[in-house]
Amino acid sequence: MKLSGWGRYPVADCAQAAPRDMAGLQAARRNGPLIARGNGRAYGDSAMNRENTVSMRRFDRMIAFDATTGQLTAEAGVLLGDVIDAFLPRGWFPAVTPGTRFVTLGGMAAADVHGKNHHVDGGFASFVDWVEVMDSEGGITRAKPGDALFDWTMGGMGLTGVILRLAMRLRPVETGWIHQTAYPAPDLDAAMAAFEAHPDAPYSVAWIDCLGQGAALGRSMVMMGAHAPLDGLPTRFRRMPFGPPPRRLRRMPVTLPGFALNRLTVGAFNRLYYRMGAARAGHSLVPWESYFYPLDSLLGWNRIYGRRGFVQFQCVLPEEAAREGLAALLGRTGQAGQGSFLAVLKKMGPAGKGFSFPMPGYTLALDFPVSDKVLSLMDDLDRITLDHGGRFYLAKDARLSADMLHAADSRAAAFARRRQDSGAAGAFASLQSERLGL
Amino acid sequence: MSVLVLGARSDIGRAIARAYAAEGHAVQLAARDAQTLEADRADMALRHGVEVTLHEFDALDYDSHDAFIDGLPDLPDTVVCAVGYMGTQEESEADMVRARLVLRSNFEGPANMLGLLASRFETRGRGTLIGISSVAGDRGRATNYVYGSAKAGFTAYLSGLRNRLAGKGVHVMTVKPGFVATKMTEGMDLPEKLTTDPDTLARRVLRAARAGRNTIYVKPVWALVMLIIRNIPEAIFKKLRI
Repeated sequence: MKLSGWGRYPVADCAQAAPRDMAGLQAARRNGPLIARGNGRAYGDSAMNRENTVSMRRFDRMIAFDATTGQLTAEAGVLLGDVIDAFLPRGWFPAVTPGTRFVTLGGMAAADVHGKNHHVDGGFASFVDWVEVMDSEGGITRAKPGDALFDWTMGGMGLTGVILRLAMRLRPVETGWIHQTAYPAPDLDAAMAAFEAHPDAPYSVAWIDCLGQGAALGRSMVMMGAHAPLDGLPTRFRRMPFGPPPRRLRRMPVTLPGFALNRLTVGAFNRLYYRMGAARAGHSLVPWESYFYPLDSLLGWNRIYGRRGFVQFQCVLPEEAAREGLAALLGRTGQAGQGSFLAVLKKMGPAGKGFSFPMPGYTLALDFPVSDKVLSLMDDLDRITLDHGGRFYLAKDARLSADMLHAADSRAAAFARRRQDSGAAGAFASLQSERLGL
Repeated sequence: MSVLVLGARSDIGRAIARAYAAEGHAVQLAARDAQTLEADRADMALRHGVEVTLHEFDALDYDSHDAFIDGLPDLPDTVVCAVGYMGTQEESEADMVRARLVLRSNFEGPANMLGLLASRFETRGRGTLIGISSVAGDRGRATNYVYGSAKAGFTAYLSGLRNRLAGKGVHVMTVKPGFVATKMTEGMDLPEKLTTDPDTLARRVLRAARAGRNTIYVKPVWALVMLIIRNIPEAIFKKLRI
């Protein structure tokens, strides 16, 4: 069947199995090199294999919960959104969440996802107590932090083996509300200053108006957030501290034509977003859903980018080169006249282990509808990243070259070597791993 | 309210059990080798904070059925029978032992158990019986008449129970799912517009049971498809390959 990642680019015909149990999974393993697939939220070809893509969505059971430690044990195919549905009403929230709740726990581990709290808490791996991995021979190993298998699996894009089960810690919360403070930043320096001025804000992120150029380069809304305590809620909310009942999700009804997003419409959107944000600057109380998952309420929002799909560029630049590198990336993007509908800037905290993406510095994520012009722009962005000592987030990648990855990230070679030595290279492969020489 | 799901290992049974648990009902999961459903039991209990219990149940061991009911934590308010076995038509034609297994699994076994439960519900004066039958029972076709005739028997049995228990406080609902993407149909080339998934089916079953519906086609288009199929004159029908 035709498969793609969330960006709907690239598309490939992939044979897909959806085993129900270990016997079915073992049978799939014997069919040749495979890649496990969660809910298809990686943007590119991370979870695609033409001969053997194995959906883990049927391994979707929660196994145990320890209310003294907040530790949840679950199978890899459980959706993060289901965890929130089950445990937020009992006062628990995921310790780390990416920008969508429609990801599987296995996918979160494979990408070692980060959230708006990365600068203080680190990535998902910091909250995983163990992970069970099926190796190339079908054996199952429970790996703990500090084990090489654990470190390479978190962020290993499913290439160390199939993630079967894991134990993750949730954080206690008193309410489902987020106390948000928004700071309009007229330029990049102001945005970075806002991050630096609030190193202890539990959550922080900036939405950049990508078309701000010249003096307005990096114009953005920087948003800090913290879980609101019960006594921080107005009385009318206290009766239901875990937020209003979920709204009905809307679905993007059609795929918009490719020209729907152009410099003018994206510019208008970004200006509007900035103005609305600027008007809302200051404190506000926001439900968890719209704070963490603003796009989840429009199911299938990836279809706004037209038939050819879209690509996302996400890199992280080290602290010392961040200012210059970000300016170069945003400058080049503006110069190309390619509005990025979503442009997100965030300060990151401690580096992950193994092949995990984050490192201290700033991460920038940009979305573009696919076109030849955009693909060549992204090559330029790759080079700027390389020149500033940055590296790339594979969960977003659909088109990076092997040379670029290996030049920017010396760990790639070590990861590939480990895959050879452990036998994983012959048993687990994705279109991405083949493209990137992993 | 408590809900007993017979055939809880089937994709349809499991989806319906999950849907009832999500509404806060205690769920009794019944299947052969019930202890192997422990992960599902834990999952439902954990997600929804309801009591979920496992019960050893063999639909074909008729003599055990009374004791099975006595062994339940309580006589359930609602029973869902998702027991079934399709085999293949070729097997059923070639080997009458296989054919008998299909007939017994889809008709005799479910009928035996639901008959016992119906009498207890009648005595109590309250309860809902939900039988998962099939559109295959609406008319015998060369491609699956062994399975289809067993389901036809089950459908008729359910309608008889409904007739008998109307006015006794016991409601009986017949569900005809059409194509569902499950273990049973894996590998078949199912037309997308006529196919549903177990979770959607479960939602519709719960809604229909709440509304007190008698017979439902899970996807409305199936009512039309089967209306046409039932009304093709036999002289023509016998020559068709559908």
